[in-house]
Amino acid sequence: MKELICIVCPKGCHLKVDENDNYSVTGNDCPRGAEYGKKELTAPTRMITSTVKVRGGLYSRCPVKTAAPIPKGLIFEAMKLLDNVELQAPVRVGDVVVEDICGTGIAFIAARNL
Amino acid sequence: MSNYDKHYEVVVVGGGPAGLAAAYSACQNGAKKVLIIERDREVGGILNQCVHNGFGLHYFKEELTGPEYAGRFADMVKGTCADILVDTMVLEITPDKIVKCASQQHGYLAIKADAVVLCMGCRERTRGAIEIPGDRSAGVLTAGTAQRYVNMEGYMPGKKVVILGSGDIGLIMARRMTLEGAKVLAVVELSPYSNGLNRNIVQCLNDYDIPLYLSHTITNIVGKTRVEKVVISEVDGFTPIPGTEIEFECDTVLLSVGLIPENEISIRAGVTIDPRTRGAVVYENMQTSMEGVFASGNVVHVHDLVDFVTGESIRAGAAAAEFALGKRIGGRVIDVVTKPGVNYTVPQKIRPDNIEKSVDIFFRTNKVRGNSIIRVTSDGAKVAEFKREHMAPGEMEKITIPKVLLDRCGDSIEIVVEDA
Ligand SMILES: Cc1cc2nc3c(=O)[nH]c(=O)nc-3n(C[C@H](O)[C@H](O)[C@H](O)COP(=O)(O)OP(=O)(O)OC[C@H]3O[C@@H](n4cnc5c(N)ncnc54)[C@H](O)[C@@H]3O)c2cc1C
Ligand code: SF4
Repeated sequence: MKELICIVCPKGCHLKVDENDNYSVTGNDCPRGAEYGKKELTAPTRMITSTVKVRGGLYSRCPVKTAAPIPKGLIFEAMKLLDNVELQAPVRVGDVVVEDICGTGIAFIAARNL
Repeated sequence: MSNYDKHYEVVVVGGGPAGLAAAYSACQNGAKKVLIIERDREVGGILNQCVHNGFGLHYFKEELTGPEYAGRFADMVKGTCADILVDTMVLEITPDKIVKCASQQHGYLAIKADAVVLCMGCRERTRGAIEIPGDRSAGVLTAGTAQRYVNMEGYMPGKKVVILGSGDIGLIMARRMTLEGAKVLAVVELSPYSNGLNRNIVQCLNDYDIPLYLSHTITNIVGKTRVEKVVISEVDGFTPIPGTEIEFECDTVLLSVGLIPENEISIRAGVTIDPRTRGAVVYENMQTSMEGVFASGNVVHVHDLVDFVTGESIRAGAAAAEFALGKRIGGRVIDVVTKPGVNYTVPQKIRPDNIEKSVDIFFRTNKVRGNSIIRVTSDGAKVAEFKREHMAPGEMEKITIPKVLLDRCGDSIEIVVEDA
């Protein structure tokens, strides 16, 4: 039995998830909580936002984000991919910064014009 | 010769999300000459440094990062009649609405406005404002300053960090510093609960095993030149309990201890300030106590969701345009009175004649609550009741009161929150 706080809406229900019973969820006030509880224990994912170096822009860092949530376990590996990236202005929002994050097929993309 | 350089129908002070939405809305509502004055290098306000996502779920129906949200609004404003003056600081607004500013490019400028919208946002409370004991060593800075260094300028403020305050900015910076390779040793919170959103507790602290010390505060900062050590203690209310000290060796302390609306200009102009919000007292259309001067966004009350800033500013911009074009609003005024459980309300005053269908009242409750009832009364009689399953000071509440009910009210309405 694992306890979690549901983060799908601000109510923050305290969920209990039973790993031994096909991840059945209790304590959720709505079905979205059950879905979250199961996913959080089986395949948790997160959006990653960070910044990379940029030359010739208004600032020296350009914000980037994952185009979709990536597996939680890959967060630090994904962050390493950004260490040596150096963009040259002009950058457009949506420009691909790193093509494929650790074989997920998901890209890091620029999150502003600079 | 006139005593000003330029004339605009609507002048917006500050180009954050509030200012951008107000200017956009003023143009949409018939104003032809609209100006945004921004002291920074570009518009976007605090959003430019908030690189995390979680913005725009209500307004754009998607989850954007701060710069993306700001960029979308900046683009929308580009498509309107509004002019933008950056690198320009507003110094003073006179009673006859001459906006005096200092501009990097143009020097001193005096701009005559028919209507003004105040959108100066907030600044962070600093160490001095809460008087932490200990050495005055380097390495103590506000979380927002650290955020700007890391996300825009490209500097890391330190390697081993203790964060005071568990509001959203503190939580977001705990994660940000961790991702950039720092070790966040503790987030320390005076209250017995965090003021941040649950999703930020989970995604910023729990994901990275960063401990949160509730009912604790920093009781000493040690370090000759740079911070070397921080001592925290458990508190009983506000008083540290002897014998509960925990020490952390660290080089940096980030303060996330609250925001204060930037109202020096408003106060000097003669705008009435509400001591509860530290922002202007406003009517239903966001007009302040000064006719033709409006305010919206964090300068009125601290918002946690930028979407609400946008909504409020769209109303302020529309009302400013209408005022500039000659509309005047009269009729009786209903005062909104706060009773136990309600810390403040915005608006504080409502003119029923200016309400079309209904009015939204925003407020914060005083503590974390389960099943609750929000009761609205006037002259002792019930006006409306709203049920909530969960309330917290960290989450802004909104109730909507239809015009038909307002019309029946006396000269004030009272709002109270009770346990169900
Ligand atoms: C760290 C942090 C994290 C946040 N996270 C979220 C989130 O995840 N989701 C969400 O929805 N919201 C979030 N918010 C809240 C949201 O960003 C704010 O509510 C919003 O930015 C407020 O907008 P504003 O325009 O009122 O103020 P600001 O963005 O502060 O803009 C005010 C502008 O006015 C300018 N200005 C001030 N004085 C003058 C002057 N005298 N002359 C000229 N210009 C002036 C300033 O330079 C600034 O550009 C966060 C806020 C912070 C600080
Ligand atoms: S279970 Fe449903 S109601 Fe409860 S927090 Fe999750 S989404 Fe909200």
